[in-house]
Amino acid sequence: MKKQQINIAVTGLNAVDSPGPGIAVIRGLKESKHFEARIIGLSYENLEPGIYMRDLVDKVYQIPYPSVGHETLLSRLEYIHRKEKIDVIIPNFDAELFSFIKLAPKLESMGIHSLLPTMEQFDARLKGKLNEYGDKHNILVPRSAVVFNIEELAQTLKTFDYPVMVKGKFYEAYKAFSYEQAQAYFHKISAKWGTPIVLQQFVQGQELNVTAIGDGKGKLIGAVPMRKTYITDTGKGWAGISLADESLVEMARHLVESTNWGGGLELELIKEDSTGDPYLIEINPRFPAWVYLAVGCGQNHPEALVRMAMGEKVDPFEDYDVGKMFIRYSYDMICDLKDFQQIAVTGEL
Amino acid sequence: MRLKKSIAISENGFVFNAARGDSFSTNPIGLFILEMIKAGKDTKVVQQEVTNKYAIDDSTAERDIHDFVKMLKQYDLLD
Repeated sequence: MKKQQINIAVTGLNAVDSPGPGIAVIRGLKESKHFEARIIGLSYENLEPGIYMRDLVDKVYQIPYPSVGHETLLSRLEYIHRKEKIDVIIPNFDAELFSFIKLAPKLESMGIHSLLPTMEQFDARLKGKLNEYGDKHNILVPRSAVVFNIEELAQTLKTFDYPVMVKGKFYEAYKAFSYEQAQAYFHKISAKWGTPIVLQQFVQGQELNVTAIGDGKGKLIGAVPMRKTYITDTGKGWAGISLADESLVEMARHLVESTNWGGGLELELIKEDSTGDPYLIEINPRFPAWVYLAVGCGQNHPEALVRMAMGEKVDPFEDYDVGKMFIRYSYDMICDLKDFQQIAVTGEL
Repeated sequence: MRLKKSIAISENGFVFNAARGDSFSTNPIGLFILEMIKAGKDTKVVQQEVTNKYAIDDSTAERDIHDFVKMLKQYDLLD
């Protein structure tokens, strides 16, 4: 029987050294056993590699940066929807989620479905509010504080022991061993991502990650824990392996159940060497760039998200393969200038 | 002395800790010792079996097995 075609708009086509999750999400969608995915890629830059991956992305449109405002984004999405009849949209960047969550009811009324956290869920897990989040949900988190300027940084650091993690509100994190280092990282991150900057007590231990998905009604649909086995100079996981660690799956279940989380999420944790206790250090409100490992382990989270967004009932995954590895690689595509020219001039390809 | 439940040992000496994602490789003697530990044998028995199978005196075997077990603990492979 021919599978139903679903038009799915996906962002995060920047499959670069610090990749967006879009291509991994698309690979999962293309492998769906339940539907035929037609992918409408949404890009911000002309050289996002996914734009040129014609075997994965059927059509591409540029969209405006979130900073331009919701109205501009909405009007661009309306235009794309008129041409492509989008069924489901999957935003994959932290920085754009605010806009997409705001626009979700309007998009839904247009027939564009999504499965996203609510604004409340999105806000509550912000890095600067992690202490509060940990207390509320009874989860261990490292002590953290938010600073907006150098004076606050100096004052707050007096209450921390070094090393201290200095983090941007969306991206980038550095380990500082002294006030001078912390100050330099404060300037480096704030120049790029603005303030606030988050300070977090460093926890000595093994870094672990979990990719998970919730149905928005308090049920965990799937979760796969992973340890990065190869980390690049910029701190990005270039290889990883799925783990058998029920405590991490339970943490994901607990969070999804207690928050009614809807959509994909990634937990970043550190299992403290001295105690074995897992500390939650971050919740990313979308699939991670390594989500295809979950697909490889038998849990197709992107497919589950689309089915739930379309109103289908999806049963939770019961298990996954342990010891599956992902290994990234870089690959040079040869592209025609005319494709670049077309996306650059018309914003469509 | 017990191997953690999450440890898988292959016939070729590849050791995988599924809870941490760590992997190791060991030589045939290491594999022989690991399999005995997995079977629940205590250090004395392991030492006896090693001296029976390999041309090694008791005190060297005792010292080497002690070092090996210490390494297993260090790598978080034992309960």
